[in-house]
Amino acid sequence: MKDREEIAQRLAACGYIADGELATAISLMQLLRRPLLLEGEAGVGKTEVAKALAAVHGTELIRLQCYEGLDQSAALYEWNYQRQLLAIQAHRGEDADAIEDQIFSEKYLLERPLLAAIRRNKPPVLLIDEIDRADDEFEAFLLELLSDFQVSIPELGTISAITIPHVILTSNGTRELSDALRRRCLYHYVDYPDVDREARIIMARIVGAGASLSLQIARMVENIRKEELRKVPGVAETLDWAAALVGIGVRDLHDSPETVHETLMCLLKTHEDKSRVTREVTERLLGKVA
Amino acid sequence: MSCCGTNPGYDEIDEVSRLVAAKLAAFLKTLRDSGFAVGLHEGRDAAALMAAGYVEKSGLLRSAFKHLFSARKSDWEKFDGIFDAFWLGKRVKSRSMTMGSAKPANSPSLKSLQDNKAERTGSEAATDQIPSADDAPQDRAGEGRMEGASRADNLAEIDFRNMADPEQIEQAHAVAARLAKTMRTRLTRRDLARRRGYRLDLRRTIHNNISHGGVPISLIKRQRKEKPLRLVMLLDASGSMSMYTGVFLRFIHGVLDEFREAEAFLFHTRLAYVSDAMKEKDPARALDRLSIMAQGAGGGTRIGESLQTFNRWHAARVIHSRSCVMIVSDGYETGDAALLGREMAALGRRCRRIVWLNPMLAWEGYAPEAAGIKAALPHVDLYAPANTLKSLTALEPYLAKL
Repeated sequence: MKDREEIAQRLAACGYIADGELATAISLMQLLRRPLLLEGEAGVGKTEVAKALAAVHGTELIRLQCYEGLDQSAALYEWNYQRQLLAIQAHRGEDADAIEDQIFSEKYLLERPLLAAIRRNKPPVLLIDEIDRADDEFEAFLLELLSDFQVSIPELGTISAITIPHVILTSNGTRELSDALRRRCLYHYVDYPDVDREARIIMARIVGAGASLSLQIARMVENIRKEELRKVPGVAETLDWAAALVGIGVRDLHDSPETVHETLMCLLKTHEDKSRVTREVTERLLGKVA
Repeated sequence: MSCCGTNPGYDEIDEVSRLVAAKLAAFLKTLRDSGFAVGLHEGRDAAALMAAGYVEKSGLLRSAFKHLFSARKSDWEKFDGIFDAFWLGKRVKSRSMTMGSAKPANSPSLKSLQDNKAERTGSEAATDQIPSADDAPQDRAGEGRMEGASRADNLAEIDFRNMADPEQIEQAHAVAARLAKTMRTRLTRRDLARRRGYRLDLRRTIHNNISHGGVPISLIKRQRKEKPLRLVMLLDASGSMSMYTGVFLRFIHGVLDEFREAEAFLFHTRLAYVSDAMKEKDPARALDRLSIMAQGAGGGTRIGESLQTFNRWHAARVIHSRSCVMIVSDGYETGDAALLGREMAALGRRCRRIVWLNPMLAWEGYAPEAAGIKAALPHVDLYAPANTLKSLTALEPYLAKL
C-alpha cells in the first residue's frame, strides 16, 4: 500500500517517527472508519500520535482528558445556566414559551469536547486520553457515541455528526477496559522504540542533537531501561535528557561522564531508582555504549 | 478480487471468493478458540481489508489483521504466531495454540479436581437414568441448608486435607463459593451506608433550581465515589499445596463471580493471570481452561520470581489504593528468599493490605521456619491460617474494615 508509506513519511515530517505497524493502523483507521485504541506504558508517546495525526491532516485536535468522575456535562454538552438565568430575569413578564424557546437554543449551549468533535466542518482528530481513568459508566456511554456519532439533547433534539472525527483512544492499563469497547476499536500496542528509532526521534525533536550523540543517548537509555527500575523512563524523558545534554553543550557522552550522571535526574524519577543507579552503574552502562 | 492480475470469469471469481471466505471463517474460528473476542463485524472488516488489496503481501495482511483482531496486549503478542501457523503453515512454538490439547503435567491438584468433576457429572448422568433418584443432587443441597447447622458446622472445622470423601469435598467447594458470595453482599452494603455528600455542587444546584427562578431551594451535593474494595488473589499451585488448591480455586471462582473488582493469579514456578479463565460461569469449564494455564515447568515454587513478575507487569493495572492482596501459599520458597522479601516490600508500598493465608499454620507444631516465609512476614499485614471453611469465614470482618 503506497498510502501507508506516505502516512509514515508525513508523520515523520510532523516530527513523529512511526514504525511500520503504526502506519498500517492509521491507514486502517481511515479505511474501516474505526477508532484506534493505543495501549502502552506511560511516556511511550501515545498522545503524540494524535497530535501528529492532527498535524498530518492539517486539522484541529480535540482532546478529552478522562478522569474519575468524568460525566456527560463535562464531556458532551452543558447548558450555560448562568446566562439562562440572566435571560429569564431580563425577559421577566414576557410569554413563557418564548423565553423557553430562547434559553434552550444553541446560543446557550456549551460545547464540550465530544459534541465539538462531531460538529466541525473538517473532521478533527478526537483524542480520548487515558480512557482507563474514566468510570465504567462513562465507557458505556462513549461506546454509544462512537457507534452512532449522534447526540440527543432533550431540549434541542438529536444532533447528528456533520463529519466523523478520527478517534484515538489511549489507555495506560490502570483498569481493564470492557470487551465491547475493545472490540469496537482497532488495537495497537505502543512499545518503547528501538535504539534506531529513538535516535531518529531525538534528532527530529531536539534542535542541535547530532546523529552520533542521538545514537549514544538512545543506546544509553536502552541500557537504563534494562536495569531493574520502578519507573522505566519513557520517550518523553529521553527527550528531556537529550535537551538537557544539548543545552549544557555535551557533544559526546564519553567526554563528560560526570555530567551524564548528574543529568540522569531527567530519566530517573524516584528516589529508589536514583539511588540504584550509582556512579559506578552509570559508568558501567556508559561503557556499553559504543 | 480486483487485485488479481488476470481477469477470471465471473464463475471463477465466485469460486475464489468462496474459498477465501471459507478460509477466513476458519481463521476467525481459530482466533476464537485461542481466546480472541472476534465477531461478525470483525469478519466483515477483514473481508473488506482483503478486498482492498491488503492480501498482496502476507506481512502487510498480518499487520492489518493484528490491529483489527487484537483487543489487548496478550492478544497482540500471540497474534503473529497464530497468523503464521494458520496462513503460512509454520509451527507455533509457544503455548498459544495448545488449547484443549495440553495435559496439566504437574498440577496434580487441578487434575484430581477435574477428575472429581467428571465423576460427579458422571454420577449425575447416571441418576438421570434412574427416575427414583432423579433430583438427588438438588435434594442434597437443600438438605445441607435445612438441617445444615450441625452438618455445615462440622464441615467447617475439618481441615481440607482431611477431606477424603468426594461428596464432602464437593460440599466444601460449594460452601467456599457461597462464602465468596455472602462476603460480597455484606461488604457492599456497608459501603452504601457510609456514603454521604459533603460538598455543594453549584452548577447542578443552579440547574435544578431554574424552576424556582434561580433561587437555590433544593441543594445538590457532591459525593466522592467510593471505590469498591478490590481483591487480588495470588494462589500457590505448587505440589506442596496440592491438598488445598482445589478448594481455593473454587473460592476464587466464587470471588471473581461475585466481586465486581477482583483479579486472580496462579503461581508455581511462574505466574499466570487466570481471571479471564475463572470468569467462566461453569466451574468445571473454568477449571478446564485453568489446567491449560497452570502448566508449571519443573518442580518447586518460585514465589519471589512470581511476585516480581506480578509487580513488574500486572501491579499497575490490577492494584489501586483500595486493593487487598491475598496470597495463599505455604511459603516454601525454592528460589531466592531475599528476592521474595524485596518484592514483598515493593508490593506493600503499592497496596492497602497484604493478607497471607497459610493453610499449614494451623498444623500442630508448625512454625514459620522456612526462609521464604520469614523474609515475607515483616511485610504482611495479616498472617492467618486458612485450612478450614471456618477460618476462611473469619476473614470477612477483616476485609470489611478496609
